[in-house]
Amino acid sequence: MAMTLAEKIFRSHLKDEPFPGTKVLDIDVVMCHEITTPIAINDLVARGKDRVFNPEKIKAVIDHVTPAKDTKTAIQGKIVRDWAGRHDIRDFFDIGRNGVCHAIFPEKGFIRPGYTVIMGDSHTCTHGAFGAFAAGVGTTDLEVGILKGVCAFREPKTIRININGKAPEVVYAKDIILRIIKELTVKGATDAVLEFRGDAVSKMSMESRMTLCNMAIEAGGTSGVCMPDEVTVDYLWPFISSEYKSREDAMEDFRRWWSDEGCEYAKVLDIDIAGMEPQVTFGYKPDEVRDISEMEGTPVDQIYIGSCTNGRLEDLRIAAQYLKGRKIASAVRGIVSPATPKVFRDADEEGIIKIFMDAGFCVTNPTCGACLGMSNGVIAPGEVCASTTNRNFNGRMGKGGMVHLMSPASAAAAAVEGKITNPERLRKEGIS
Amino acid sequence: MKKFGGKVLFLDRSDINTDEIIPAKYLTEISKEALQPHMLEDLKLEGFDPQGAEAREAEVIVTRANFGCGSSREHAPWVFEVNDINVVIASSFARIFRQNMFNCGMLAIELSEEDISALFEFRDDDGAIDIDFKNNSLTITSGKGSRTFMYNISEFDRALVEAGGWLEFADARY
Ligand code: SF4
Repeated sequence: MAMTLAEKIFRSHLKDEPFPGTKVLDIDVVMCHEITTPIAINDLVARGKDRVFNPEKIKAVIDHVTPAKDTKTAIQGKIVRDWAGRHDIRDFFDIGRNGVCHAIFPEKGFIRPGYTVIMGDSHTCTHGAFGAFAAGVGTTDLEVGILKGVCAFREPKTIRININGKAPEVVYAKDIILRIIKELTVKGATDAVLEFRGDAVSKMSMESRMTLCNMAIEAGGTSGVCMPDEVTVDYLWPFISSEYKSREDAMEDFRRWWSDEGCEYAKVLDIDIAGMEPQVTFGYKPDEVRDISEMEGTPVDQIYIGSCTNGRLEDLRIAAQYLKGRKIASAVRGIVSPATPKVFRDADEEGIIKIFMDAGFCVTNPTCGACLGMSNGVIAPGEVCASTTNRNFNGRMGKGGMVHLMSPASAAAAAVEGKITNPERLRKEGIS
Repeated sequence: MKKFGGKVLFLDRSDINTDEIIPAKYLTEISKEALQPHMLEDLKLEGFDPQGAEAREAEVIVTRANFGCGSSREHAPWVFEVNDINVVIASSFARIFRQNMFNCGMLAIELSEEDISALFEFRDDDGAIDIDFKNNSLTITSGKGSRTFMYNISEFDRALVEAGGWLEFADARY
């Protein structure tokens, strides 16, 4: 029978079907951070079940608030740190080596095509970019994952999104996913996997694919997925070269996860990106999206470039192209948070950090920080932030504040002009 | 099993997200009880007062579509739980929130949009809902009368509620 990628992963990982329609899967990677894991750890301790199913399959990081900003966040970090220590969880990333979870775990080569991945974090869908089934879960699911290595799901239906056409140079993966969310709405993909296909996706880097998959949850999706191809093999090669004779061999193996010809989709959506404009959100929901020309001139107070959506090297490179030789407007504050230490270091070696600093940006250490309004750039009531993050919810980056989601290029343009601006304008004036 | 039913809090809006239910700044708490004063603090809804009697006395929430979208934080069901709200009734839920409710042994009941609208018709200061968990039915009673609705929950979700949550279920089985 023809199957989707998600169905193949479900079949290969099925541990139990306690009731018709409920699939309990074996989990390959259980990822943890300091916001949702401490309560799971404390509960396991209180129940006398302070155990882990397999320390090698558990990855942990302190990323949301780091360095700790107060006693409470210091305690959260300590709970995860002590727990990782006593259970010999080797892949634990503490300060100095830590970065935003959905950026650092792929960078370390922890994700493979065909994997099942859970984390107590809704943007876990990011990892589907590698052809994995990766789903955000709550603390109880995480707790059971830590203890037993299993998680229950309803068999997901798959929505196929064909992205075709050649986008204008100022349009990036972020613009495309905002457009898709607008089309699907914030609940259009509930209980579904979003499968991103088409020419445009085949040509995308892994970074761009992660940006696409990252925001699947904003349409309600369980996971985003891309078919693992040569781009995936190249990205993973440093981690898998001892497992395969050649890249072709690896490709051959990855190919088995591809959705079969003739498999069943709940829905197929065709998105033509030719001639598309950069996209920007205008309200408090990520499906409230407009062409940038309708938003041009909206004044902003702060620009934030970072997060698991757009804090990778590619994103910093894009923003820097528009910022090089320019200064940010005098009335705005610019903040850039490279998502991982490697991103920071590589950006520094490429001269990108200098470009940001010359333009007037504050460069922070890798952390989630302002993305969820916890530190490093919380905005005041009435303030407006042009942000490369993924949520424009009311109060997300600070009570009473307004967030406009956009690409790194559009954020850089907003920084230079002090208001929402089509990056096309800067491109015409010349970019590096 | 938890206690289900009681006075109703009507939230007449779709797409209420978990940041509105419990803002991220309280995620630094490591006990459920500490969340108690902050339920629905950032909810964007005309006329809603998170400290008002309707919110503070409620034991059931009735709302519209896609309730609990956004972040995976289980702090959202917890802040309801520590405020004695163990039931949310909506025309649809975001997946993670719905699962978190059942994983905590709480009830996330889906009714059709028509039934939800019919429930809103009973809205007054004394609206209360009784849940007959065994028979998959709920009855609303208010100054405007009374009506019973049938609902569906999956066998798995029912088993989680009966077991007291997913940890209890999984620990006994795996
Ligand atoms: S960067 Fe933002 S969205 Fe991503 S994991 Fe951190 S808080 Fe969540």
